[in-house]
Amino acid sequence: MSDPSTDTGVTRRSFLRTSTVLAAGAAAVAAGIAPLRKLGQFSSVDEFLQKHYKELTPEEMKTVLSRIETEVERQYGIRPHVRDYKPMNGVEYVYALNLTRCVGCRKCVHACVAENNQSRNPEIQYIRVLKMPNDGTFDLEKSDPVYTAKAVPEAGSFYMPVQCHHCKNPPCVRVCPVKATWQEPDGITVVDYNWCIGCRYCEAACPYFARRFNWSTPSIPKEQMNTNMSYLGNRPRYKGVMEKCHFCIQRTRAGRYPACLEVCPTGSRKFGNILDPNSEVSYILKNKRVLILKEELGTLPRFFYYFDV
Amino acid sequence: MKSYLTFLRRCFQAAFIGDWRYYTWLGVLTVLCFFGLNAYANQFVSGLGTTGMTDQVSWGVYIANFTFLVGMAAAAVMLVIPVHIYKNEDLHDLVIFGELLAVAAILMCLAFVTVDLGRPDRFWHLIPGIGIFHFPGSMLSWDVLVLNGYLLLNLHICGYLIYCRYCGRRPGKWFYAPFVFIGIGWAVSIHTITAFLYVGLGGRPFWNSAVLGPRFLASAFTAGPAFIILSLQLIRRFTEYRITDKGLMALRSIVQVAMLVNLFLLVNEVFNEFYTSDRAAASSYYLFLGLHGHHALVPWIWTAVTFNVISAVLLVLPVSRRMGWLNVACGLAVVGIWIEKGMGMVIPGFIPTPLGEMVEYTPTLNEVLVCVGIWAFGLACFTVFLRMTIPILTGKVSSENAK
Repeated sequence: MSDPSTDTGVTRRSFLRTSTVLAAGAAAVAAGIAPLRKLGQFSSVDEFLQKHYKELTPEEMKTVLSRIETEVERQYGIRPHVRDYKPMNGVEYVYALNLTRCVGCRKCVHACVAENNQSRNPEIQYIRVLKMPNDGTFDLEKSDPVYTAKAVPEAGSFYMPVQCHHCKNPPCVRVCPVKATWQEPDGITVVDYNWCIGCRYCEAACPYFARRFNWSTPSIPKEQMNTNMSYLGNRPRYKGVMEKCHFCIQRTRAGRYPACLEVCPTGSRKFGNILDPNSEVSYILKNKRVLILKEELGTLPRFFYYFDV
Repeated sequence: MKSYLTFLRRCFQAAFIGDWRYYTWLGVLTVLCFFGLNAYANQFVSGLGTTGMTDQVSWGVYIANFTFLVGMAAAAVMLVIPVHIYKNEDLHDLVIFGELLAVAAILMCLAFVTVDLGRPDRFWHLIPGIGIFHFPGSMLSWDVLVLNGYLLLNLHICGYLIYCRYCGRRPGKWFYAPFVFIGIGWAVSIHTITAFLYVGLGGRPFWNSAVLGPRFLASAFTAGPAFIILSLQLIRRFTEYRITDKGLMALRSIVQVAMLVNLFLLVNEVFNEFYTSDRAAASSYYLFLGLHGHHALVPWIWTAVTFNVISAVLLVLPVSRRMGWLNVACGLAVVGIWIEKGMGMVIPGFIPTPLGEMVEYTPTLNEVLVCVGIWAFGLACFTVFLRMTIPILTGKVSSENAK
């Protein structure tokens, strides 16, 4: 190796050599980052600098909501109404699902996609219906989540829909490094789609396979867009962030039922306020036999399975 | 101050001086870096859908390489402890190479986590004080702190040590020794906390095992010093820097013991998983034997086990006192542990999913190119660090001969 301490000053030859190297380097960098030309609309400065949901003042929230309306209109060609629904006092939501009655028709899955503006291509679904064999076992490894029967229910099977369990002790919330996901006072676990950095640690932590990642830019046809939107709920998501079931926050916080419950043809789905002793869910938890999925993990779900008889 | 600036300038100049082999090696690495940059630009535009990851297997080769490299970075401590606690003379001059490797490895780690983010533009949300930092709740926030802290510690230790050599004086006690001792604990912490990232997930029985942390350390203390042995062989072949056989033999005994402990802990894990026929062992069945007709990782893990066992046998036998066999043993150890700890540890944690679904994972070409780019970047950094350091260590570049 030559001696690094020899310092010869700038000669014409070395100048030419250096310029050639620099030019080649610049050309290589340009070629390397060429795909960035296809980037299209980059996020605005306001979007880039937006604060966490919990730090926004009511005035700032107003500005943010109207900016999001404009963004959605620009991207999807339809102007939505985006609101920030707040939790109601004295309400804690609980979901109960009747395993005796569910027939596995997956109407809930599709009603959820339509209500909550999930990406259609690739299609993102919050509810996964497991077809389980009636063979004296309760082994999730024997379940079939992608069954394609012409008619349901199939003999010898029962069905178990799984979605976010809105745990009281949620592993996903615990692991998030930036607090982009948290539990609201009414028990709903939400995601701030503008704060999530897309590390997917929550997805690894969830024992119910309830969280979904936007692996590419979501696409939703304009005519299928539900324009009644909420900030923490069904507004369109961004590429590279997490999303999940939020108990149809834009419905339930306005006193309506979740879309999956409304569409269920068998009445297997029950939803209500557990703090109200006269609610349907309070009755079920007091009088029915209940199953908590993976109870041993200590996640304390607000989602219960129950059985008739 | 002026002397320090001259030092920096001369280090910078040294990076550009070398023979044709040096230029070829760096040239090849630079080209690979650009391939990686191009692949990352693709991913940045289209999203992580350009990778083989899915909602079922939501971490892949990026996080696998990250995990392996945290271990490489932590391994510097295996040279620091003998030298600074047991006053080992043979390893004394080699510590700096371990620390330089640690810096390069941490740079690669940071690159690997960055490319894994869905929203790298929101990176600032993670900066304490500016964003919202979920500390101490999230293990990932701990990892951000310890990795960046370790990078700063090692930059200081290396930079200060080399500058002192350049000036021809002994390192000042208070400017050096406390950092070295903090560094020892810190090195253990980076890898323990990286293990806790996985161990802390109750819904993933494959990772939720107390032995994972010790396994991480044992495998790191095998692969790291093994990699250092290989680099030292190259340094003594291609530079004028003198490295004694005794130093390499001291490193050999470290790799030897660490590899045996590593295999012992693996046996513990395997026994725990397979003897009790617990259904929570499904991921281990998938990894070692295949499950429900899926067995993509089976050839990989058995390759890793075979490499590690051959390496352990070679290391225990006197034959590895000969340099050729020592290199073979170290090469097998590095590759074996890279497979075992990367793909063999991260991927099976996701298979089957918590709902029992079997979805396998294969990285895409674009994803592999990003990895190759980051590795090339890290090796280039390590090469340049060595290029700057060695002339100072040999005394060729010093404040005496500054113009």
